[in-house]
Amino acid sequence: MAYYSNKELEIKSAELRLKLLKYIKMANAGHTGGDLSCIDILNVLYNDVLNVSPDTFNDPGRNRYIQSKGHSVEALYVVLASKGFFPESDLETLSKYNSHFVGHPTRKVNGIEFNTGALGHGLSISAGIALAGKMDNMSYRVYTLLGDGELAEGSNWEAAMFASHNKLDNLVAIIDNNTLQITGKTAEVCNPYPVDERFRAFGWDVAFVDGHNIPELRNIFKEVPFTDGKPSLIIANTVKGKGVSFMENVAKWHHGVPDDREFSMAIDELEQNLETIKNSVYADNR
Amino acid sequence: MQITDKLILGKANLEVYSETLIELAREDRNVLAVTSDSRGSAKLVRFAKELPEHIVETGIAEQNLVGVSAGLASCGKKVFATAPACFLTARSLEQIKNDVAYSGFPVNIVGISAGVSYGALGSTHHSLHDIAALRAINNITIVVPADNTETCLSVKAAASSDKPIYLRFGKKPMPHLYGTDDRFEIGRASVLLHGDDIAFIACGEAVAPVFEAAQLLHNEGISARVISMHTIKPLDKETLITAANECSGLITVEEHLIFGGLGEACAAALMEEGVYIPFQRVGIPDEYTVTGSQTDIFRHYGISAEGLHASAINILKRTSKN
Ligand SMILES: [Mg+2]
Repeated sequence: MAYYSNKELEIKSAELRLKLLKYIKMANAGHTGGDLSCIDILNVLYNDVLNVSPDTFNDPGRNRYIQSKGHSVEALYVVLASKGFFPESDLETLSKYNSHFVGHPTRKVNGIEFNTGALGHGLSISAGIALAGKMDNMSYRVYTLLGDGELAEGSNWEAAMFASHNKLDNLVAIIDNNTLQITGKTAEVCNPYPVDERFRAFGWDVAFVDGHNIPELRNIFKEVPFTDGKPSLIIANTVKGKGVSFMENVAKWHHGVPDDREFSMAIDELEQNLETIKNSVYADNR
Repeated sequence: MQITDKLILGKANLEVYSETLIELAREDRNVLAVTSDSRGSAKLVRFAKELPEHIVETGIAEQNLVGVSAGLASCGKKVFATAPACFLTARSLEQIKNDVAYSGFPVNIVGISAGVSYGALGSTHHSLHDIAALRAINNITIVVPADNTETCLSVKAAASSDKPIYLRFGKKPMPHLYGTDDRFEIGRASVLLHGDDIAFIACGEAVAPVFEAAQLLHNEGISARVISMHTIKPLDKETLITAANECSGLITVEEHLIFGGLGEACAAALMEEGVYIPFQRVGIPDEYTVTGSQTDIFRHYGISAEGLHASAINILKRTSKN
């Protein structure tokens, strides 16, 4: 896998934000807020952790990524396109008649492992893949991304119990903890917090990370499993709508699509941010 | 078989399921049973003892059971996700739909103690909706074996299938319904008795009483065709339509609500082919069943030799032929 410096990955994140916004605008549909909150996580996973590419995608030993919060699919699409799983221009068909690029992941799109989007499914699926890996003495890991609102689905807790019972330390769950869901603050809808204590009580080891800090994300993924014999949970503290000021921490951008004026404001801000990163003198840890 | 053959009682289909699974798992390290605290009811205790590496236990958590099974199947495991049909096809219906059928991984969904097998436990434990629910989901084959032969062969076929399948088993010992010449193939109905007055299209544990009804009718000079429509989806329309063209009346018999099951599948196929024939669905009507054992419930709703005999006589009264 090509090695990227932190600065290169930050540039990628900025570019991916621009792209996902462009395709959401083109489709006039998408889960903008959550896409922007998880894009740095996906960037780091695909460019520093997973080591999957179109060439290795059918390798039984590949690392797996299951996107349980399937609605943030535009983030996944732009990352997969940048990895060469399909031409980026395919995304011009997003949400259009007869396109494979629908609003939740499906296996019709190269690079996607499972059809997800109904919440509370990814952790069980990932636990099954992790268990198969243990049975077959494979060294792959399974990474799955959950939303904070999604934690209200009881099936997550069935899977959490199962994963620790079976000592699935090759399973890594990441919560895109943007603290909002469609109705408002997750804590006020049906409070899942403290998530860390709850998962620890279910036999997991847990760490927090700033979900927008590229070096921190890279480091935390190097530390899994946090404890041998236990599944790992990374609670990535994120900002819904991250990178576009007027979208940040505003629940209505859960699946809001910017109008023309908002779109050009958002693009301006993201392009400026991209320039700033490019021009920054970065104390790289390469 | 022949109409005059005496029925010989075999084992419960569930027992044969378990024996067949042991046979398969001994040969293939990838064959797995996944259970939800259900190995006892699934007759898998011996399987678990002999082949501990082949059983995955999720505890009483059917949603997780199906999700885990899909994950395992995506890695090449031949998974038999086994739980009481009432829970497996209701609580975890969304996992069956999305993780298995829509994602397209060949999990074998095995509903045990189906229909009213748990008769006296009441309607929480009955699965009279499962065929209807799964018929409305794309990319899953539905097989309801009638006897030990159909059970053994359908389990073997499922293990090597690359498509999701639902297998539905009861727990009562079943008579052997297959003669040495009878063939079994998923998707192709088996004509167990040849006759041309009345046709019975049945599946699962409802086939045995149909056979007995055919013998009663035979004593009165009425010949019945008995078809085990073990595969409900995809339906074998050819065998169905041939029966409708060659017989004077047609009765479907199923251990399921009459809505959305075998009967409606047959009726739709006949209508679309322009085959109009005196027709009756025998099954559980739109109510929570009368209480009692499976036998009591079957008798109450006419899924018995006497009840089906009476249905046949009624249908034949409506035909011009008789
Ligand atoms: Mg959220």
